[in-house]
Amino acid sequence: MSVAAIESGESPGRRALRRFAQHKLAMFGLVIVVIFVAAAALAPWIAPFDPLETSWSRLRQPPSWAHPFGTDENGRDVLSRVLHGARASMMAGVIAVGGAVVIGVPIGLLAGLGGKWMDMVISRVADAMLSIPFLILAIALAAFLGPALENAMLAIAISASPIFVRLARGMALDARNTDWVEAARAMGNPPWRIGLVHVLPNILPPLLVQATLAIAEAIIAEASLSFLGLGQQPPNPSWGSMLNSAQRFIESAPWLAIFPGLAIFLVVLAFNLVGDGLRDALDPRSQKR
Amino acid sequence: MTPLLHAQGLVKHFPFRDSLGRARGAVRAVDGVSLSVPQGRVLAIVGESGCGKSTLGRLLLRLIEPDAGQLRFNGEDVLALPPAALRARRREMQLIFQDPFASLDPRMTVEAAITEPLILHKLHRGRERTRVAELLERVGLRPELARRWPHEFSGGQRQRIAIARALASEPRLIIGDEPVSALDVSVQAQVVNLLGDLIRDLGLTFVLISHDLGVVRQIADEVAVMYLGQIVEQAPAEALFHHPRHPYTRALLAAVPGQGGTLKLLEGDVPSPVSPPPGCRFHTRCPFAEARCHSEVPLLSGQTHLAACHLQESLPSPTPIREGAADARLARLQAYFTEHTT
Repeated sequence: MSVAAIESGESPGRRALRRFAQHKLAMFGLVIVVIFVAAAALAPWIAPFDPLETSWSRLRQPPSWAHPFGTDENGRDVLSRVLHGARASMMAGVIAVGGAVVIGVPIGLLAGLGGKWMDMVISRVADAMLSIPFLILAIALAAFLGPALENAMLAIAISASPIFVRLARGMALDARNTDWVEAARAMGNPPWRIGLVHVLPNILPPLLVQATLAIAEAIIAEASLSFLGLGQQPPNPSWGSMLNSAQRFIESAPWLAIFPGLAIFLVVLAFNLVGDGLRDALDPRSQKR
Repeated sequence: MTPLLHAQGLVKHFPFRDSLGRARGAVRAVDGVSLSVPQGRVLAIVGESGCGKSTLGRLLLRLIEPDAGQLRFNGEDVLALPPAALRARRREMQLIFQDPFASLDPRMTVEAAITEPLILHKLHRGRERTRVAELLERVGLRPELARRWPHEFSGGQRQRIAIARALASEPRLIIGDEPVSALDVSVQAQVVNLLGDLIRDLGLTFVLISHDLGVVRQIADEVAVMYLGQIVEQAPAEALFHHPRHPYTRALLAAVPGQGGTLKLLEGDVPSPVSPPPGCRFHTRCPFAEARCHSEVPLLSGQTHLAACHLQESLPSPTPIREGAADARLARLQAYFTEHTT
């Protein structure tokens, strides 16, 4: 043990990070996520063509050196559209889940730490929302809000929030009965400080795992909404809407469906791998060092 | 002089309900307890597990609301305080928990944990670090350990951290809820010594909740014995240990290891606190019980040595406790540690 290790110990977060780095599958997932994030961020610069530029001279061309992923029914470059489509998917995933966390976690804490009535009301509303399948609720909300990518994100955020309400509430209820929360009360902490300074940091790890897994679901939800015409509006590219238009040509031009489908598959798989890795790394019961 | 802490007729029942929400009875955890702790004195509350002593400890700090009774701290009616004023008053009354593995926030460094009371009550502003170092030294830990996390410490060290945290806001009253019973026997003696030193040096008023009579004997000035939510005997420590009046107290003292253990005074289990026996609550297990014990409730009586027993004047004199034997275990350990730590 070095001298530095004696003076400041390893924080729980640092320890989790170290364990995550040793998780091979999770690191593989993280690499894919980073590649897709980079692709989304750099799409305007790395895409070989304008994703909206149509050309009657190259309709539905199979993959070639000029167009590695082929061209679509309007002569647009599929690679460029997949790269730009990554922006819609990643944004939808991250922003929608961010919204769900921001809506769900404070409400969940309120339910768990507030009074009995607060808990009753919040829990029943969350239960009611959870009784409707996630995607159906998202579709209904998106249809109600009107077809646009922003509305799709909002719809996904609202539909995903009850999961976070329930998770935060359950963990806050557990925390509420611990000695360290009672110690915080005995010290003279006001209720809001107990929630934010003591309970929240302690329930953060499972929330982080859930959020990562929820991003994967939100990406599928965005693709589904766009597939139904409720998300990204044409001609702007999105993996879901690309799959929708590819339906008609599934036999004559399968590359139109394969590449956006593959992109969805890879991103969702990657986020799930990262989420599982985080769960293993943050699990205090796992004895792995 | 008014006592620092004064409780009158405290009651706490925990109702339990069936699935339809109807009350089906209540656990009578604390059932009419009155006590006073003068400034600078150590009161020990002893009793078997389940007798309500931990609940009483929390009632005395108003961490849970009593169903009835009065509570005064430094002459002030604590139960009348609005929430914000109560939080401000918590600076002066602190709690030390039994389990040092559960009482420290796992996501706070030692420094953050000890600094928290200072932040909350705006004390030692700008020199919190120095104060943390002082406190760590005071409880026998190296100040360099301030940046470490609770999971890196042993039980005894954690309990020292918890004690430092309780001392941080310079409280006048500390309640220790079984502060050493979760620790290894080898560490208990050290922590008991530390508590004794702190109480003496800082002039603390201390309420020690414990079932370990060896520990109680070492630091308490006054002892209250609890049985099924009520105090059955209360007296200055020496008087209680040498001349116990209540049969229950005698049984407890006889049960201390090293007393020979031939006396089988306590038989059967503690009756359920949901429906305590009528009359004297102890009559179901009392070897001396008479007819009136089954129906008449005995009241605490006496001047400085109070006991709630109908027969306290007529009981046979108790077997004297063997001096030293009760503390032999602690004494041995203390000798061992003064030898090895210096």
